[in-house]
Amino acid sequence: MKHIEQVYKKALCKNHETGCGECQSSCQSACKTSCTVGNQSCKQEEKINTIVKKPE
Amino acid sequence: MVHPFRYVHEGKPYYLLWDVESASLSVIDYAAYLFAKKRYATLTPQEEEAYFLLSEEDRRELSEEFDELEKDGSLNAEPIIKEFSKSADEVKALCLHICHDCNLACEYCFAGGGTYHTARDYMSAEVGKKAIDFLIEHSGKRKNLEVDFFGGEPLMNMGPVKEIVGYAREQGEKFGKRFAFTMTTNCLLLDDKTVEYLNEEMENVVLSIDGRKTVHNAVRHTRNGKDAYDVILQNALKMRKARGDKKYYVRGTFTAKNLDFSEDILALNDAGFDQISVEPVVLPEEHPLALKKEHLDKILAEYDRFTEEYITRRKDGRWFNFFHFMLDLEHGPCPNKRLTGCGAGTEYLAVTPTGDIYPCHQFAGLPDFLIGNVFSGIQKQSIRDTFAKNCVLAKEHCKKCFAKYYCGGGCAANAYNFTGSIDGQYEMGCELTKKRLELSLAVAALEKKGKN
Repeated sequence: MKHIEQVYKKALCKNHETGCGECQSSCQSACKTSCTVGNQSCKQEEKINTIVKKPE
Repeated sequence: MVHPFRYVHEGKPYYLLWDVESASLSVIDYAAYLFAKKRYATLTPQEEEAYFLLSEEDRRELSEEFDELEKDGSLNAEPIIKEFSKSADEVKALCLHICHDCNLACEYCFAGGGTYHTARDYMSAEVGKKAIDFLIEHSGKRKNLEVDFFGGEPLMNMGPVKEIVGYAREQGEKFGKRFAFTMTTNCLLLDDKTVEYLNEEMENVVLSIDGRKTVHNAVRHTRNGKDAYDVILQNALKMRKARGDKKYYVRGTFTAKNLDFSEDILALNDAGFDQISVEPVVLPEEHPLALKKEHLDKILAEYDRFTEEYITRRKDGRWFNFFHFMLDLEHGPCPNKRLTGCGAGTEYLAVTPTGDIYPCHQFAGLPDFLIGNVFSGIQKQSIRDTFAKNCVLAKEHCKKCFAKYYCGGGCAANAYNFTGSIDGQYEMGCELTKKRLELSLAVAALEKKGKN
């Protein structure tokens, strides 16, 4: 495409069948995990959230 | 819903297109930005003029490209879930208030100096073990359970912590559950033996420190008013070194006294930390440290300023992870999780030293939110049912927000404290969340493109 470069594609649609509740709790409030739901990882996909580590 | 926005990096504007329902992110040119705003949002008068200067060919090309992405489901996608009902029966995480006492007296403490506005109290091993039993009993089919040791200052009551951890490991083995423990500490009592123990047993260790020495000492002092920064920094560094690749992070709070808070984030990075969270304080308007509407422009500009330095450091050998810019754009949680946020009152509960159960640590001590006790069980399921209904889809102010799947509807405690209702809107929190999401998307896009 000439005007648009997609850098991330449709992530939200990939795993809409889960809802198993196995992922880490999140909390935006005082002194806790400092996590929003946006940075949790899906346990079902068994993906490691590598973004918290410095890339090799 | 589509959100076109702009980020200026090294003086050059970048235009981005965020599709809320599909979570696809694109870098676009200025013509596409104008086209997107015309199609999905509102052009400013200046942009309107620029839009009408686009050639017929440009508009045709843009229309074709946008149509293609819409057809593919990557743009202006339909919501995946239109109706949602959350279970209020199962529990997966407990915040154990191991100690309602603290050896610091931070001026912004939401917990009344650690006591939660009640008498000083310490959780016994008996109460803690009963809480573990309660968690296992109410966890249903879930295998991954979480226990957070919280205070006050939990290091003031380590005996029961060790007993509870040992007991949970035994029971976990018996019932097929895996426990992940976390501790949040102010680091003051972090001696070598405790470092070793926490490093061995905790999935994550949260180290509270506010950044620059002057900033920290101005608001986080001992109960007798003494500075403690030097001891805390050394202890936190000791813990950080012990952790190696294991999870930890330092977390600070910024207030009206340090609206230049990016200096505090960078000071923590300079001190040797690479997992950093510095968060806005949440206090009533009348508090001298409270963030107010009049501070908002300065805070937003400070996030912009910080982002530029963040991008620079992540490529020049001073890489670090800032928690509020941490997004998983490829494998994030399912929409169910995104709709319900932290799960307070439902899958996440807090337990006080006496065993009383509340929706989360921030509600501890509020009689209207007392759900039950670990010895007698759930007494007021109606409270949990109310929290279960408090999801993104039920909140008017969330419906048209581009950040809704990345905040999960916000913090119920903040909403309650500012509006008197758990489904109310804490406006300052929303503004900051939206800004941070835009910036984190910009960082993600720039790093992916390798143009930074």
